[in-house]
Parts: sequence; C-alpha cells; structure tokens
Amino acid sequence: MAIPSSASAAELTFAGLPRERGAFAQTRRFIARNPTFVAGLVALALVLAAGVLAPVWWTGDPQALRPAERLRAPSAEWWFGSDQYGRDIYTRTLYGTRVSLVVGASVAVTSLLIGTALGLVIGFNRRLDTAMMRVMDGLMAIPAILLALALMALMRGSLRNVIIALVVPAIPLVVRLVRASVLSLREAVMVEAARALGVGTPRILLRYMLPALVAPLIVQGTYLCASAMLVEAYLSFLGAGTPPHIPSWGNIMAEGRAYLQLAFWIILFPGLFLASTVLAINLVGDGLRDLLKVR
Amino acid sequence: MLQQILRRLMATIPVMGVVAIAVFALLHVTPGDPAVIIAGDYATAEEVAKIRSKLGLDRPFLVQVGIWLGQVVRGDLGTSIFSGLPVTTLIGQRAEATVGLATFALLISVCVGVPLGVLAAWRQGSWVDRAVMVFAVSGFSMPVFWLGFLLVYVFALSLGWLPVQGYAPFKDGLWPFLRHLILPAMTLSVVYLALIARMTRASMMEVLHEDYVRTAFAKGLEPRSVLIRHALKNASLPVVTIIGIGFALLIGGAVVTESVFALPGLGRLTVDAIVRRDYPVIQGVLLLVAGMYVLINLVIDFLYAVLDPRIRY
Repeated sequence: MAIPSSASAAELTFAGLPRERGAFAQTRRFIARNPTFVAGLVALALVLAAGVLAPVWWTGDPQALRPAERLRAPSAEWWFGSDQYGRDIYTRTLYGTRVSLVVGASVAVTSLLIGTALGLVIGFNRRLDTAMMRVMDGLMAIPAILLALALMALMRGSLRNVIIALVVPAIPLVVRLVRASVLSLREAVMVEAARALGVGTPRILLRYMLPALVAPLIVQGTYLCASAMLVEAYLSFLGAGTPPHIPSWGNIMAEGRAYLQLAFWIILFPGLFLASTVLAINLVGDGLRDLLKVR
Repeated sequence: MLQQILRRLMATIPVMGVVAIAVFALLHVTPGDPAVIIAGDYATAEEVAKIRSKLGLDRPFLVQVGIWLGQVVRGDLGTSIFSGLPVTTLIGQRAEATVGLATFALLISVCVGVPLGVLAAWRQGSWVDRAVMVFAVSGFSMPVFWLGFLLVYVFALSLGWLPVQGYAPFKDGLWPFLRHLILPAMTLSVVYLALIARMTRASMMEVLHEDYVRTAFAKGLEPRSVLIRHALKNASLPVVTIIGIGFALLIGGAVVTESVFALPGLGRLTVDAIVRRDYPVIQGVLLLVAGMYVLINLVIDFLYAVLDPRIRY
C-alpha cells in the first residue's frame, strides 16, 4: 500500500480507531472539509445579527426625510449614500434585512408544515392520491412568480398576504417530496412490522415516517426560504408586494430604479445584501444536503 | 407512435382542466368579494355591480366554471376589463417579445451551460470545476432585476454599447431586434444557465465513471470525442429534463426582465393587468403559460425516446 496522504490517513484512523481530538482541532477539520457550508453559516449569522440589531447599529430613522441631503454618494457620513428624499440607504438596508428574513422563514416553515401534512395524507390514501397529484401538477405548471402575482392582485398588499402568496406555489414542491418518500417507506420492513403489531395509521405516519423525512425537509426548507426571499423582492419590485411604506430590499430598489444613472448605490447595496443572503442560505442548504446525506 | 402521441396528448387534458379550474377558482378562494376588489378602492356601488354582471360573478359558482371551461375549449379567454379587447388579441400582440427573449436566453443557457458542466465534470475537483460550481450557486442566488440593472449600468449607461431599454420588433430587421435583446437575454439566462451547468456536471460525473468511457479513453480516442459523443449523449436525459422543468423559471424570470428593460411582452402585460386588477387578462396569461409548460414537458418526454432508444412509448 502506498503511503497515504494526510487526509486519507485521518480518515483511516477515524474509521478504525476513533482517536481523541481536541474541540479546536475538530472544528478546524470540519471547516477545512466544508468551507462553503461554514462560509454560508457565518454570512447567515451576520445577516441575522444585522436584522436583529438594526435599531442599535443604526444611524437614524429609516423613514427620516432630509431634503437637503438628497442623492448623496456613499461616504464616511453616508455609508451607502442617500436616496431621492435624503433617506439613509444604510439604515434602510439594515431594516430591510428584517422584512426579508421574516418572509423567508415564515414561507419556509408554513409551506413545510402544510405540505408535509398534505403529503402524508395523500401518500397514504390511494383514492385521494391521483386526484390531489393532478391538482399539484396543475399548480406546478404555473410559474411561482406569476401565481404569486395573481394572488397579490386579488388581495390587499400586506406582509401577511405576501407570505400567503408565496406559500401557495411552494406547497406542491413539499407535497411531492413527502408523498414520494411515503410511497417508498410504505413498503419498508419496519412499517410492515409495525402494521403486524397492530399500530394504527396515524401513529405509523408520525412515529415511523416523519423522522425519516426530517433531513430532506430541512434541506428543502433552506431552498424554499432562499427562493421566497427572491420572489418577495420581485413582487415588491413589480409593485405588487410588500406595501411601499415598509423598507424591504425590493421596495428600496424599486424606488431607486429611476435614479440608476444618478445614484446607482440605491439599487447596488440592497441588491448586494439580498444576493449575499440568498447565496449564504443556498450554501448552507448544499452543505446540509451533503452532511445529512440527502439523496 | 402516432397513437402513442395522441394518447399522451389526451393525458394532458386532466392537468390542463385542473389548471383552468384552479386559475378561475383563485378569484373565489381569495378573501373578499372579487367584484369589489377588481373595481378598486374608489369604485361606486354601480361600477361594482357592472363588473359583477360582466364577469358573470352573480351566477352560481358551478355555472361560472362551466361557462369559463366552455369558453376556454373554444379558444376564447374572455375580454379585458381595462381595454375591452379580447384577451387572445392582447396576448397575440405581446407574444413576439417574450418568445424572442425566452428563445435567446434558452440558446445562451444551453450553449454556455452544457459545455461548462461537461468541463467541470471532466476536470472534477480542479479549479475549473470549483469555479463553475461557485458560478452556478451564485447565478442561482442572483436577483434577476438587480443583475439587469448592473448590466445596464455597465454596458449601456457607462460604456454606451447597447440600448438601455426598449424593444425593436422583428420586422424592423434582425440586428436591431437582437441588439435590444442582448442585455435582457443575458440577464434572464444566468439563473437557467446555472441550473443547466449544475445538472450537466452531476449527470456527466455519473457517466464518466462507466466502464465504456474508460475503454474509450484507453483506446486513445480524443477526449473531445469521448466526452461529447460517448459520455454527453448518455448524460443528456437529466439535462433535457431540467430544461423542461426550468421553463417555468424562465417565464417567471421573463416577467421581471421585461419590466427592467421595458419590453412589451407577456410579462409586462401581466404586471400592468395586476396593477389595474384586470383579472381576465391575468387568467388568460396564466392558462397560456401553464399550457406551454405542459406541452413542452410532453415534447421532452418524446425526446427521451430519441435520445435513448431503449425507451419506447
């Protein structure tokens, strides 16, 4: 056998005799093995901190108008510049973090809950299965943005309604995932054994199937969160999203579009925050998928 | 074969029926009186009543569904409340820009995304592979309109190479038509390109581990011919599948892109209709897009049989 490289030597000892390691060395090894996952986690933690601490790190009121200070370029005083009403873009961007995070997290959690419940029931009920899956296929044929736009056209613009409009297109994705797992788990030996012991269907769903679904659902949840944040910004940008008085990233950019040539920073910074946050969540999702061995 | 095609076409009817009913039912599932919402905040009771009778909202729900389905089957998508024109006419006027934009973006995505994916899989673990993967994740995380504004700022406002926004119809000549679509198509293609590159890489990596690929390399065949003629051919099924599924993403992105570049396409039609609460237009566009999605994925199902002769229908 050739002399193993340091990495494979570590793996060998790990697989054979688990060697005692300090917490510090373990952490370093974990970072070296999952650089993008850790980078995503760190970035996400920073964004979360920015959202929670927005009033403390803040340099003013996000809505304060200063007509004398219109369209200031980024400087030591105006970190991200100011907009056409003299509002501070840095303050507004930090406050926008809250809107995006709330929307992303609420959409992910709500659609996971509803989708999982529906998927479990559909997967176990053959009669419902065909009909409900046609409905899900039909919903998935409509692009998420268009469906959300159509829903927003019929509801008043509020943060709650934006979340509803984003949850509806997300549900079929979760239902499909859960149903596929239930269909394959239904034939598993442990489920058969449980049945033979007289365990009822609800208990089988909750105690035997749900645990196996946790890992794929967590991964799916990160992607749902990332795409909900993007679509929320699209809705705001198209004028059908979060009410204009709330400084969401999409709203800040929508208001800045007329000033692109004069003041590109109004669009640049909120967009940079949005892109970085979504990227961080996607990296965390990819990392979790590898670590939890989903698929 | 013809019989099979017909049978598969028939199988799409239930899905389309569901879409048609769902699109119609949205109007009734959402809270509040649809006539009041469509009429807007400042409408008088008279205007609300007018809209209610015009849309047939005063009749029983099932009758309304029946009338709507009957219309759709005859190719009638109703009349716009705002302009009074048939929805099909409005869609016809706006289709060119969207089809042009989507086709252009699709071409860019496939022509760049597939080679990138093949390259990354071939040089797995190298800096090329890492660069492609980083690009793919970032492309997937990019807000479409933000990217559009950045491109406009650099290529149109600063360098002055391309028009900032606007559209030149195809009949005015090919070059002006393409010139106005370069930036929008680049903007729109990034997400799709990332998706295709990622899928191509994953699928190629599986195929490259097969014995016959090793044999082909061992025979001393040129890497290019092994990668393209031997490996890519067998790796193409998932790639073609993702192109079909990604169509919904492409159209969704087109709605945003058209708004950034002021292209008179279906996306703009929808967004304008939403601001005016012109529900028949929204309904019509949703139905059309969903129908295209179903049809495209049907065509892709048949492509499987061409790409993989083992699959028969």
